[in-house]
Amino acid sequence: MIQRTPYADAFTYAIMMLGFFLLLGPFLVVIAGASQTMQQVNTVPFSFLPQGEFMKNASAAWARADLRTAMTNSLIMAALVTAGKVALSACTAFAIVFFRTPLKHVFFWSVFITLMLPLEVRVVPTYAVAADLFQPVKSVLSLFGLDIKIEWNLLNSYAGLTLPLIATATGTFLYRQFFMTLPDELAEAARMDGSGSVRFFFDMLLPLSRTNMLALTTIMFVYGWNQYLWPLLMVTDPSYKTVMMSLRALLPSDNGIPDWNVTLAGSLIIMAPPVIVVAVLQRWFVRGLVSSEK
Amino acid sequence: MADIQIRAVRKSYGKTPTLHGIDLSFASGEFVVILGPSGCGKSTLLRMIAGLEDITAGDIAIDGRVVNKMEPRERGCAMVFQNYALYPHMTVAGNIGYALKVSGVPKAERERRIAETAKIVGLQDYLERRPAALSGGQRQRVAMARAIIREPKVFLFDEPLSNLDAKLRVTMRAEIRKLHQRLSATSVFVTHDQVEAMTLADRLVVMNRGHVEQVGRPLDIYHRPASTFVASFIGAPAMNLFKTRTEVETATVRLDGAAIPIDPLVAHALQGRDVIVGIRPEQCRLTREGHGIPARIDFVEELGVGRVIHCEIAGEAFAAAVAEDAEVAAGDTVWLSLPPEQLHYFDAESGRRIEFPLPGTDIPAARSSASITHPTGVLS
Amino acid sequence: MEKRAVFKSWWLPVLFALPQLVLILLFFYWPVAAVVNWAFTLEPPFGGAAEFVGFANFREALSDPFYWNSVVVSLIFATVGPFFCIFIGLTLALAVDRQLPGSGFFRFFYILPFAIAGPAAGMAFRFILSPERGLAASINALSPDLWNPAKYGSHALALVIIIFIWKWSGYTFIFLLAGLQSVPRALGEAAAMDGAGPIRRAIDVQVPLLAPTLFFLLVTMMTEGFVGADTFGIVHSVTGGGPNHGTEVMVYRIVDEAFQGLNYSGASAQSIILIGLIMLFTFIQFRFIEKRVHYK
Repeated sequence: MIQRTPYADAFTYAIMMLGFFLLLGPFLVVIAGASQTMQQVNTVPFSFLPQGEFMKNASAAWARADLRTAMTNSLIMAALVTAGKVALSACTAFAIVFFRTPLKHVFFWSVFITLMLPLEVRVVPTYAVAADLFQPVKSVLSLFGLDIKIEWNLLNSYAGLTLPLIATATGTFLYRQFFMTLPDELAEAARMDGSGSVRFFFDMLLPLSRTNMLALTTIMFVYGWNQYLWPLLMVTDPSYKTVMMSLRALLPSDNGIPDWNVTLAGSLIIMAPPVIVVAVLQRWFVRGLVSSEK
Repeated sequence: MADIQIRAVRKSYGKTPTLHGIDLSFASGEFVVILGPSGCGKSTLLRMIAGLEDITAGDIAIDGRVVNKMEPRERGCAMVFQNYALYPHMTVAGNIGYALKVSGVPKAERERRIAETAKIVGLQDYLERRPAALSGGQRQRVAMARAIIREPKVFLFDEPLSNLDAKLRVTMRAEIRKLHQRLSATSVFVTHDQVEAMTLADRLVVMNRGHVEQVGRPLDIYHRPASTFVASFIGAPAMNLFKTRTEVETATVRLDGAAIPIDPLVAHALQGRDVIVGIRPEQCRLTREGHGIPARIDFVEELGVGRVIHCEIAGEAFAAAVAEDAEVAAGDTVWLSLPPEQLHYFDAESGRRIEFPLPGTDIPAARSSASITHPTGVLS
Repeated sequence: MEKRAVFKSWWLPVLFALPQLVLILLFFYWPVAAVVNWAFTLEPPFGGAAEFVGFANFREALSDPFYWNSVVVSLIFATVGPFFCIFIGLTLALAVDRQLPGSGFFRFFYILPFAIAGPAAGMAFRFILSPERGLAASINALSPDLWNPAKYGSHALALVIIIFIWKWSGYTFIFLLAGLQSVPRALGEAAAMDGAGPIRRAIDVQVPLLAPTLFFLLVTMMTEGFVGADTFGIVHSVTGGGPNHGTEVMVYRIVDEAFQGLNYSGASAQSIILIGLIMLFTFIQFRFIEKRVHYK
C-alpha cells in the first residue's frame, strides 16, 4: 500500500520509543545501578550511565546471597519442572486424542479443572501432602480403620520442589491442539505399516512435536525459574534454596549501609537466565504463549 | 495374492447405518474398482477391509481367513491414502522402509529392498528428500512404494489420484495399471471418478447410499446398467432418462407428444406399464425434419472429437452426441431419432433395469421373464 | 472435533495419562478436598477432632472488616492493573503493526519484561521508585512524602500495581499484535481507499475487529490479577501486604492467615470463595469462546 503519512509515522515512532523507555527503562536503571559505586547509586538525581563496577558488585552479591547454591538449585528445579511438564503432558494429550475410550473425557476435565485451582488457595494442604506423600492414602485408609506406618517426606528435596509443579493443563492443551491438527491418515498409515500405538507415539508424534516441545520448553523454563511461593514454603534447608528466595538476602538491611548497587547486581544475575531464554528463543516463546491460550 | 470375501457386511455409526448388507467376492489377482458418489460408503467398505474401521455385522475374509477381529498389520493389506499420509519428518527412504523397520527387518536387507522398490516407482534419486520437497506426483509414488515394499496380498487404494492435476492423473492411472500387471496382487481401488473406474477395473462395483447397485465388467455395466442410478452415473454426458408409458397397440413410448417406436416384443412384455426409458447421448441420431423428436438446441458443447448438443425435451435436460461436422447451433431446432435397439428400460418405481431375453427367444417366455434384475451380483 | 483414527486399548491410555493424573490427584484434588473439609469444620482450641460447623467459618470471614478490605484491594488491583496492561499493549501493538522500518526492533524488546518474576521485578522497582533514591527522590525533593509507599497504603498499592503493569503489558502486546496480524490486510486497504488515515483506521477498523482478543485478555488478566502467582509474589516481596493492610490482596491474606495466623479454617473458607470467583471467570470465558467458535 503506497501512502505518505509523515505525521502518523512520527507519532507511531514516538509511541514506540515511549513504550521502549517505559518497558526497558527499569532494565536500564538496574544495569546502570548495578555497575555504579555505592555513592553513585545513592546520588540524587540518579544517573542512567553505566559505570565500571559491575563485576565487583556482582561478586559481592554472589557471596552475600550464596548465589552459587541458589542458581544451581534454580537451574535444577527449572530443568526438572520443564522436562517433567514437557514429557507428562505429551503422554496425557496422547491418551486424550488418540484412544477411543470414554475415559478421555475424564482425563481432559480433570486436567482442565486444575487451571482453576492455583497454589495460593490450596497451599496448606498441598504443603501437608509434600510433608508426607502418603498422607492422602493414609487418610483414606483410616476411614476403614486401617493404619499404615509409611511416610515419605518431600520437604527440602528436589522432588518436593518439582513434583507438585509438574502437572500442567497448559502443556497438555498445547499438545492436544497440535495432535488434533494432524491428519487422521497419519495414524492410519502407521497402523497399516504395522505400527502399534506406542510405536506411533515415539516414531511419529514425538518427532513431529519438536517445535511444540521447544515452545513449551521456553515458557515452562521461565515458569520454573520464576517460582516463588512454593520454594518459600518447602525449603528450610539453605542448601535447597532457590534464587527467588535469595532476593531477600540481597536487600540492604533496614538500618545498614544502602549498598543498592550490590542488590541490583545480584537481581540482575537472577533475572538473566529467563531473559536470555526469552530473548534468544523469542520466536518459540511467543508461539508457546499464543498457541497455548487458544 | 489372495481373494476377498465380503459377506452381509453392515456398518453403522451409532444409530445411522451407512452400509446395508454388502455381499461381494473378489478373486485373487483381480483389479476391482469401487465406484460411487461421495458418501455412498465405498471408502468405509475399503477401510473395513483394511482394518481401520470396525465391522458392525457380517464377515470379511481374506484368503479364506475371517479378519474381522484382526489388527491392520495382521491382514496383509497395504493402503494408498487420498492425501498420501506420508510421514513428514522422514525421508523418502524412511517412509518407504518404515513398515520393514517396524517388523524388524535388518538394516542391510531393508536398504536393499528400499532401493529396489524406489526403482520400480522411479524414485531412486530422491531417497534422501523429505516429502515436503517433492511434487504431488512424486509423493504419490512414495505412497505407492510404501505399499509395494511390503509385498502385500492385497492393495487398497482410497481415491489416490484425486489430489493430482488432470494430466498427472492420466499418467499415474497408467502406472498403477502397469504395476498391477507386474505385481498382480489383488487390488481394490475406490474412486468417484468414472473414467478412472472404467479404465482401471477388471471388475467394477457401483455403490450408492450404502448399497451395491451393480457389479460387473466395466463394459457390461456401461451397456447394461442395472438401475437408473448406474445409468446416469456411468458415461459422460450422462444417459438421457425420461419417464413414460408404453403403448402396446402402437408399440411406442410417448415423449413430449412424439411417439417413439420400440421393439413390439418389449411393448408386449411391458403391458402398458409406466417405465423409465433411457438412451445414451452417443446413440441418438440426427434425422430429417419431420421425423423423430423435435428439439430446440440450448447450447452446443465442443469436444473436439465431436459435439454434444444440449436441449430440453418434456421438461428434462436432454443431450445428444453428434459428429464434429454436424451443422448445429444454439437456437436451431433439430430432429432426433432414438433407435429402438439402443433403448434401456427401467422400472418407474424402483429404478431397476427391466431385462429382456436376447432376440431369438419366443414371445411367451419374453412376457413372463420381464423381471427386475437383482442388485447384488456375485463376482468371479 | 473428534479424531477418527483412534487406537483401541483401554489400558494404554490409562497408563499414558497416569503419571500426570497421580500428580494432579496428590497435589490438586486431595488438597482441595482438604480445603473444603477445613472450610466447614473447626478444630477445637484445646485439641480433639475437628467438628462440623456449617457455614460458620464463612460467616466469620465475611464479617471481618479486614477480609472486605482485601476484597477491595484485590478489586482495585485486578481492574486497574489489567486496564493499563491492555491499554499499553494495544497502543504498542497498533504502533508495531504499522510495520514501519525498525518496528521489529521494538517488538523484540517489549516482550522481555514478561520474563521477569514478579518478586525480582519488585526488587528492582523498590529501588527505582524508592522515596529516598532513584527517580522518586527528585519528586520528593519538591515536597517531602509526595511519594512514600512505605508510609501510605495507597502509594504502596500503586507501586505493586505498577510492577504488575510493567510485567504484563508485554504479554497483552503479544496477543494483540497476533490478533492485529490476523486482520486481513485488505480491510485496512479498503478503509484507506475510503479515505481513512492511519489513526482513523486503527480506531474504526482494527480495534473493533480485535474485540474477541480484547475480551479474552480482559478476563485472563483479571483472573491473573486476582489469583496469579505474580500477584502474590509482588505483594509478598515488595510490601508484605502493608502498610496497614493497604496492599493485602485476597491471595496474600489467605496465605498469610494460614501460615502466620494458623487459621486454617478461615483461610479455607476464603479459598473456597476465591475458587468460586475463578470458576465464574472461567465460565464467562467459556461462554464467550463458544460463541466465537460459532461465528466462524
